[in-house]
Amino acid sequence: MDIGVIIAGILTLAIYTFLYKDNPIYRAAESLLIGLAMGYVLVIYWQTAFMDRIFSPLLNESDWWVLIPLILGLLMFSRFSRKYSWLSRIPIALMIGAGAGVAIPAMLYARTLKQISASVMPLITESGGFNFEALVVIVGLLSTLTYFYFSREHKGIIGKVAKLGTYFLMLFFGATFGYTVMSRMSTFIGRIDFLLSDFLHIIK
Amino acid sequence: MPTRLPLLICLVSGVVMFLQYFSRHPVAKLIYQTVTNDWWQVIFAFTLIVGVASFIKITLRKISQKKDKTYSLIALGGLILMPVLALIGGTNIESPFQWAFENLLAPMQATVFSLLAFFVASASFRGFRARSIPAAILLGTALLVLIGRLPIAEHISESIPDLTFWIKNYPSMAARRAILIGIGLGSMTTALRVILGIERTYLSGK
Repeated sequence: MDIGVIIAGILTLAIYTFLYKDNPIYRAAESLLIGLAMGYVLVIYWQTAFMDRIFSPLLNESDWWVLIPLILGLLMFSRFSRKYSWLSRIPIALMIGAGAGVAIPAMLYARTLKQISASVMPLITESGGFNFEALVVIVGLLSTLTYFYFSREHKGIIGKVAKLGTYFLMLFFGATFGYTVMSRMSTFIGRIDFLLSDFLHIIK
Repeated sequence: MPTRLPLLICLVSGVVMFLQYFSRHPVAKLIYQTVTNDWWQVIFAFTLIVGVASFIKITLRKISQKKDKTYSLIALGGLILMPVLALIGGTNIESPFQWAFENLLAPMQATVFSLLAFFVASASFRGFRARSIPAAILLGTALLVLIGRLPIAEHISESIPDLTFWIKNYPSMAARRAILIGIGLGSMTTALRVILGIERTYLSGK
């Protein structure tokens, strides 16, 4: 049997021992996972950020502009100094500021306007029939938005519409819960399949 | 200086990145690509190094204090192993680095992910009670979706899978869109507060 499969099987079982209770085998596997994950990300970023975006353009193309992000990045190390730790705020401020600037039009377009336009559908179809789904979507959207409208007390008609909104929210949470459980279940089935077929050879 | 300079940089970068959206000029496109593709990646890589350095510092302190020494050594070993493997054999598809990813990291990540199935199931078993109409809707929808996604659903009733998809595509989608609109409006407001320097939590609240 492949040594990789044996190691993967043992580590899978080590993680599953947590289902009984927290134990040293699980904690050892968990520690290994943390270390490996960090090491993996470090290598990937070394390649994609340092090699591809700094060293390669600087040494091969003499692109001096890459010195700007390099200096900004190096400022992050000032966090290890008490006196100069404020310098690390400069790259953070640039990232947050630029991110905020990009986010405003992006959020307005993708999260607001697009969602509204997708929700407003014709109630009467070309054949003259009534589009019940369009009514459900628009009622659901407006009632849920009313539930999140806190500038007026939820009393009277607003209260009733907001209550309808909670029913739609519960439908959403229930459906999301169901799909989340099923996705986790499919991963679990995948791991059990690996253990029984590749690792233990019980299933052929 | 420690507060004003970062605030000024935040304001300028925020305004520039906001304005470039409204321009089709190649310079605007270049600014967007340079900042989001290159600068962010490089700065993020450095923040990652700072994080890893901090992790190593804490782990070494734990080892010297003999507190969770074995686990700290294992974590540190894992952290060193991946870069060492990458140095020895590179990172191509047949490298030891890729082998470690496929046989050590990926199986453990998938297993931890699958553990959530048990936690979600046990938490829902304890928490799901149809005490009110909203709770009953939540419970009913969750059960319906769970059953509807199983092959057995078609044997119980052919309409169950269709109903599951209908719930997902219409009433559930309506609530999801309302939440997304709320997130969008909230994000825009927060972004504006950040650019204007009202929101300063990234400066440790100063």
